[in-house]
Amino acid sequence: MLARLRAAVLLTWPSLALVGLVAIPFLLLVRISLAPPDPNGLWSAGTSLAAYRGLMDRSFAGALLYSFGLAILVAAVGVCVGFPLTFFITRMRRGWQVLWLVFLLATLTLSDVLIAFSWQVMLSKRIGLANLLVKLGLMEQAASLTPSFGAVLGNLIYLVLPFTVLTLYPTLSQLAPELLEAAKTLGASPLVAFRTVIVPLTKRAAAVSFLISAVLTLGAYVAPVVLGRPRNWTMAVLIGNAALAGHNVPRASAMSVCLLTAALILAGGTIWIARGRGNR
Amino acid sequence: MVVDHVSLTVPLGQFVCLLGPSGCGKTTLLRMIAGLDSPTTGRILMSGRDMTRTPAHERNFAMVFQALALFPFLNVEENIAFSLRLKGIGWRERRKRAHELLELIKLPDIGSRKIEQLSGGQRQRVAIARALAQEPALFLLDEPLSALDAQLREHMQIELRQLQQKLGITTVLVTHDQREAMTLADSVVVIAQGTVQQIGSPTEIYRRPSNRFVAGFIGRNNLLEVEVLDRQHVRLGSVVLAVAPIPAGVVSGEVVTLAIRPEELRVLPQGSQGGGTLPGHVSFVREIGERVELRIDCQGRELVGSVSPSDWAAACAGPVSVQFMPGAGTILTC
Repeated sequence: MLARLRAAVLLTWPSLALVGLVAIPFLLLVRISLAPPDPNGLWSAGTSLAAYRGLMDRSFAGALLYSFGLAILVAAVGVCVGFPLTFFITRMRRGWQVLWLVFLLATLTLSDVLIAFSWQVMLSKRIGLANLLVKLGLMEQAASLTPSFGAVLGNLIYLVLPFTVLTLYPTLSQLAPELLEAAKTLGASPLVAFRTVIVPLTKRAAAVSFLISAVLTLGAYVAPVVLGRPRNWTMAVLIGNAALAGHNVPRASAMSVCLLTAALILAGGTIWIARGRGNR
Repeated sequence: MVVDHVSLTVPLGQFVCLLGPSGCGKTTLLRMIAGLDSPTTGRILMSGRDMTRTPAHERNFAMVFQALALFPFLNVEENIAFSLRLKGIGWRERRKRAHELLELIKLPDIGSRKIEQLSGGQRQRVAIARALAQEPALFLLDEPLSALDAQLREHMQIELRQLQQKLGITTVLVTHDQREAMTLADSVVVIAQGTVQQIGSPTEIYRRPSNRFVAGFIGRNNLLEVEVLDRQHVRLGSVVLAVAPIPAGVVSGEVVTLAIRPEELRVLPQGSQGGGTLPGHVSFVREIGERVELRIDCQGRELVGSVSPSDWAAACAGPVSVQFMPGAGTILTC
C-alpha cells in the first residue's frame, strides 16, 4: 500500500509540472484575452469580448488562413523531402546513419535568428545564390531573392527538416526489407509496393512528423520577419506586433487563443485521418 | 563470389530442395530465381523464356520468406488477397478466392483475424496461402519452417508436401535441415561454398554421395581412408573389407575414402567370428529413442555405430567387434 502511494506520488509530479507550466499560463492567456485593453498598461480589470470582436474582420481571417496554409505547405513539403531522405539514411551502414543523425542534431543547435540571417546573405544580390542561377542561365541578371515568399518557405522547410527526419527515423529503421520484397513477389511494382506497403506502415509516423512541422511553422517568427514582406508575416509576427508595437495585450492574447484553437483543430484532424485509415 | 557455376534444371511439377550449410549461397540462388537479386553472369530461364532481367513483380514467382513477411496492417483475408487486389480483381471474387485458400490450408474461420492474433503455425499457412493466391508459375520457399518447434515443423512439412502434390505446383525450397529436404523433395540439390555438390533423389543422395562433403553433410557417415586392393576389396589397417564396386579409374594401391553409414556396421560382442571385423571398445553411448548410437574406438579410429536398444542391452555392454557388412559403403575419390 505504502509502495503504491510512493509510486503514485513519484508519478504525479510530471502531471503537476504540466499543469503548472502549460495550463496556468494558458488560462492566464484566456483571462487576459477577455480583459478590456488599457492603452497605459497591459490590460484593465473586468471582462469584455472587445478583443475577440476586434478580430472579426477580413484581415485577421486572411492572416490566420495564410499562417494555416503556410504551416500545412511547409509540413507537407517537409514530410515529402524528409521521408525519402530518412528512408535513404536507414538503408545506409550503421556508421553513416549515426553520422547523418549527429549532423541533423547539430543543425538544431543553431539559433533560428542566425539561420535566417545566413539565408538572407545566401539569397542576396552580391554573393548569393542569384549569381549561381545567372551562371546556370536560369536568371538574366543577379538580383536579391529576399524578401520573398519563396525565401520564407525555403527557410521554414530547412528548419523543420531535422524534426521530420528524427520523427520518421525510428519507424523507417524498423521497417523489414522483406515486406517490400514480399510485395514485389506478389506482383507490386516498386511504386505500388511503396503505396500499398510502406505508406500504411509509416502513416502514423508521417502524421506525427507532419503535425510537429506544422505546429513549429505556426509559431514561426524570425524567418517571416527577416526574409519576407509584411504580407508574408505569420500570425506569430502579428501577435508580437499587437503586443509590442500596438500595446494591445488583450488583442494579442485573443489572437493567440485563436491560433492555438487552429493548431488544435489541425492536430485533431491529422490524428483523426491517421487513426481512421489505420482502423480500416 | 556467393554462387558460382550453378547449372540447375527444375522439372515442371517437381519439388526441389536446395540443401546446404548456412552461408553456402542457397538463399542467394533462390533470391536470384525470384528476381530479388541479379546474377552477374548467367541466365535464368522459365519454359525457355529468359527471365534474367525480368523484374520480380513481373515473374509471377511466389515466395514465402523465412520471416514470412505478412503485412501487419492487413487482416488474414486481406493478406491472402493482396496479389489479387493488385491485379484489379473485384472484392467479391477476392473474398471467394481467399476463402478457398483458407479452406485449402485448413483454417477456414480466421479470415477476419489480425496477423498478431495468429500462432506460428497459422502464420506459416497464411504466408503459403498468400503466395498461392496469385497462382504462381513457380513457388519459392526460403527456410519457411525454421522458426517452428520440431513437432510443428514435422507436421507442416507433411502438409506442405501434400499441398504441393495436390496442386502440382513446381516448388523450390531452401533449407539447411536434411530431414526436411528428405521429407519434402523429389530432388535434392546439395550446395556448399556456392557450388552444387550433387543433385539427386533423397535416396541417391543418402545412399550414393558423390564426394566427402555430401557424405559428411547428409546423415551420419564414417569416412575412412582405405587402400584399394582390387575391384571389390579395400584394406583398412590390417583388415580386408569387401565393399561396393570401386569406381572406374581407381587403380590398385590408391588411397581412397570409404563412406559407411552407422547402420551398415554390425556391433557384436567381443570375439565374434566373421570376416571384415575390427576389435574395439565403446567410448560413448547416446540413446536417441528407437536406436542407440555408439562411438567405438577401433585401433585409434573412432567409428560411429548404431544398434537397437535390445541388442545393446543384450550383447554390447563391454568390448565389442565391429563388422563391416559385405558390399556396404561408398568409395569416394574426392
